[in-house]
Amino acid sequence: MYAIDHKDLGTPAAASAEQVTLEIDGAAVSVPAGTSLMRAAALAGTAIPKLCATDSLKAFGSCRLCLVEIEGRKGFPASCTTTAAPGMKVRTQSPRLEQLRRGVVELYVSDHPLDCDDCPANGHCELQDAAATLGITGSRYGAGATQRGVTPDVSNPYFTFNPDLCIVCSRCVRACDEIQGTLALTIEGRGFGSRVSASEHQPFLASECVSCGACVEACPTAALTEKSLASLGAPAEAVSTTCGYCGVGCSLKAEFRDSTVVRMVPNRAGHANQGHACVKGRFAYGYATHKDRVTKPMIRERITDPWREVGWDEAIGFTAREFRRIQQQYGRNAVGGITSSRCTNEETFLVQKLVRAALLTNNVDTCARVCHSPTGYGLKHTLGESAGTQAFTSVMKADVVVVIGANPTDGHPVFASQLKRRLRQGAKLIVIDPRAIDLVRTPHVEAAAHLQLRPGTNVAVINALAHVVVTEGLAKDDYALARCEQQSYREWKEFISDARHSPEATEPVTGVPAARVREAARLYATGGNGAIYYGLGVTEHSQGTTMVMGIANLAMATGNLGREGVGVNPLRGQNNVQGSCDMGSFPHEFSGYRHVSDAAARGLFESAWNVTLADEPGLRIPNMFEAALDGSFRALYIQGEDFVQSDPNTQHVTDALAAMECVVVQDLFLVETARYAHVFLPGASFLEKDGTFTNAERRISRVRKVMEPLAGLADWEVTMRLAQALGYPMQYSHPSEIMDEIARLTPTFRGVSYEKLDRLGSIQWPCNDAAPEGTPTMHVGSFVRGKGKFYRTEYVATSERSTSRFPLLLTTGRVLFQYNVGTQTRRTKNLAWQAEDRLEIHPDDAESRGIEDGDWVGVASRAGEIVVRAALTRRVARGVVYTTFHFPESGVNLVTTENSDWATNCPEYKVTAVEVVKVAQPEAWRERTRAERGARVHRAAPVA
Amino acid sequence: MNTQRLVAMANDIAAFFAADPDPAAAAEQVATHLKKFWEPRMREEIRRHAGAGGEGLSPLALRGVKQLG
Repeated sequence: MYAIDHKDLGTPAAASAEQVTLEIDGAAVSVPAGTSLMRAAALAGTAIPKLCATDSLKAFGSCRLCLVEIEGRKGFPASCTTTAAPGMKVRTQSPRLEQLRRGVVELYVSDHPLDCDDCPANGHCELQDAAATLGITGSRYGAGATQRGVTPDVSNPYFTFNPDLCIVCSRCVRACDEIQGTLALTIEGRGFGSRVSASEHQPFLASECVSCGACVEACPTAALTEKSLASLGAPAEAVSTTCGYCGVGCSLKAEFRDSTVVRMVPNRAGHANQGHACVKGRFAYGYATHKDRVTKPMIRERITDPWREVGWDEAIGFTAREFRRIQQQYGRNAVGGITSSRCTNEETFLVQKLVRAALLTNNVDTCARVCHSPTGYGLKHTLGESAGTQAFTSVMKADVVVVIGANPTDGHPVFASQLKRRLRQGAKLIVIDPRAIDLVRTPHVEAAAHLQLRPGTNVAVINALAHVVVTEGLAKDDYALARCEQQSYREWKEFISDARHSPEATEPVTGVPAARVREAARLYATGGNGAIYYGLGVTEHSQGTTMVMGIANLAMATGNLGREGVGVNPLRGQNNVQGSCDMGSFPHEFSGYRHVSDAAARGLFESAWNVTLADEPGLRIPNMFEAALDGSFRALYIQGEDFVQSDPNTQHVTDALAAMECVVVQDLFLVETARYAHVFLPGASFLEKDGTFTNAERRISRVRKVMEPLAGLADWEVTMRLAQALGYPMQYSHPSEIMDEIARLTPTFRGVSYEKLDRLGSIQWPCNDAAPEGTPTMHVGSFVRGKGKFYRTEYVATSERSTSRFPLLLTTGRVLFQYNVGTQTRRTKNLAWQAEDRLEIHPDDAESRGIEDGDWVGVASRAGEIVVRAALTRRVARGVVYTTFHFPESGVNLVTTENSDWATNCPEYKVTAVEVVKVAQPEAWRERTRAERGARVHRAAPVA
Repeated sequence: MNTQRLVAMANDIAAFFAADPDPAAAAEQVATHLKKFWEPRMREEIRRHAGAGGEGLSPLALRGVKQLG
């Protein structure tokens, strides 16, 4: 069942600019060439009965209900598969058509129960609508169904499949094919025995189904239906908002009744997601009302004390007094704040404003520090802007797609569906990853090349690719010389041409066969539009920034920037990583990426905020920890970030937090970091506030309130009240006023307003006088920095190397069903798919250690030890192990180290030398680890 | 601040800029990076360490730190 406010036009829109005029039921109608008669009629206000057609899927022509009459033609063609033609005269209603349609519907009804009153789709069932339109209440054919009595499949935690209600229209099968690209569904059997089957007649939960829900939305009856519809009843209202999970930033419609969300449906008009969603965005919103939500502010003098529930005024007053005391005692720069990539632009802007203007320090940072900070530095220095270059739809014009250090089908599934559509149309794929991600080989998709490099050797690989491009004469010299600093290009060519960068020279280091590198380089440089998409496998290295620069070098040298189908595209991890960076969350720059030492930029903010601002960079997150340990940093306001679980070298993090005198955690739940907090301020979920998120394609989209904040205040209101308690005047009545201030102070946001966002749906910045409706493709004609700049990207091996003591290299990532540290998804039914972290290990490495699939194994590094279960797989190469970090009981970051990117201090999560041993008694192992952490670990105290 | 950690960070920065064949330009870029991205107490500590001989700092990192003034 599609969105309650969606008007289905039956078939997809035609893309042609040419118009054709025809006559439908006597009225002239003009539509783009290629439009179906069904859609043309719908656009003219005439709904032709249909069952197998819906406008998100290609016309199928199987149900025979949408028949029409066309003057001069024999028979009764299906309007969904018949294209409008100039001068055509169409009749959608006639006695003969009604007779035919009645016969069709009677046949369907013969195999479908008519107890509609008890059906969750009652009022929204297309078969019910068709029957009502034709006045059918029964069937002359009698019951011939064989599905009666078949037990519904309720294995999926979010939806049911009831074969009894299925009319075998194939919409679900086609949705899985055309929209999601998983091809998990099929129709098995014949005649009355036909039924939808997931994989090889498996329950949905056990099948290949990824639970994106596209099939559920496509279903015209209640055969596939959300369980929440059955338990909560039909929704009454819908609000468009933006998903709070990954950086794709899907536009969703929250359908609700009485402030209770009944279900989420992707917005067909959503610019980022084109009407699609994934299991997290569509279904995993239950955390917002989970019983673990903390809705009362709490304070305590010491982190060993029990929590004491207090009112907002007391909590905020306590915080303000403590911050002022600490500043008075230890200096202005002894405090700081952290903005969150899970919060809105307006909220992150306010937190950095509070730190800079109310606390008068630049000690503000954001969780982007630990993911995409190298993207900001690398792209700013080479291209001139700290952001990806394209819209997601650009991939549909790419001929060669390079995916580096990203796993889109798990991390960015809705983009992955679009990418797979393009690959199935014939675009080539190159994957550069230590692990065989699903895209390497998935139904109807196979990578032309998989460069399975050793963790930590990204820069050697990108240099080898560039070496081939330059030395084989494949570079676009005319483009590079016209668009880039010529001297930097010449120097870079000389640098990269050196034999030490050749695939043959780097093969012993990277482990990638030279011939494969050469083939991939030739393909990218000569295969047409080349588009690069990358993730944290690029950035979370000691050379993360170097790698980003290497990617930009390669794209500039091959002319793959500045138009659709090409580009350099970071796949951002969290919903608002881009936005939190844009909003001035980094300690060295204001919103719009202007350095704090820039007197002109600083003057703008000083004038607007009526304060004198610091002109020196502040501390980054890891620097804050170091300063806390030396006693010069004592208080931290953390909005929506769980350091203890997400940051590397957990012991180091907890030691630093325990050394502070006032740690304030603002979050939905008592997260791990709250164990070290003195103040807990309840956060508001994305359903409880207004604002905007900015996704990986620089797209600003509205977040709209569906329910009141459970704790009474939205996050921006809490920050505002804290600023006021600190004595700094901050007064906004609505987040739109904050956005107005952002627009006044940030050149790339100058043309953004809530009014324009409501009118256009979304806006890709820069949005200003030169681009009043935004900028889908950046660097068209020239680079933002003027001339692009090439950087020499020497490969420098990480100090984290395998040794005889730690012979394996651990790398980390995430899976489709869980999300980052799991704060949200662990509190949803997504646990049905994955309820623990597992260590992927090659069977040969496992065998030599006596490890079998499912065994508990201890993973030890120089930083610490953890225990997880092993999963034997050839996805990882020999010598490499892989795990996720979704579950606190695994404590994966106990083993990651303090190594970080040279430019930004982004942690090197992706390379940790470890040893893996079979563990007979995991609890004993854990206890030993806990004992070793011992006295320094402060256990969570109970609420008083 | 943990001096050894700062030394390691400064060396990592120098390792990137060492790709510049002009040592003077490389040192200048190291210094510029430290000025733009290191908080004053970090710069002060690494400067103090360099002044005390700069044990552990690579030659380029040491040269860059000394240009901090």
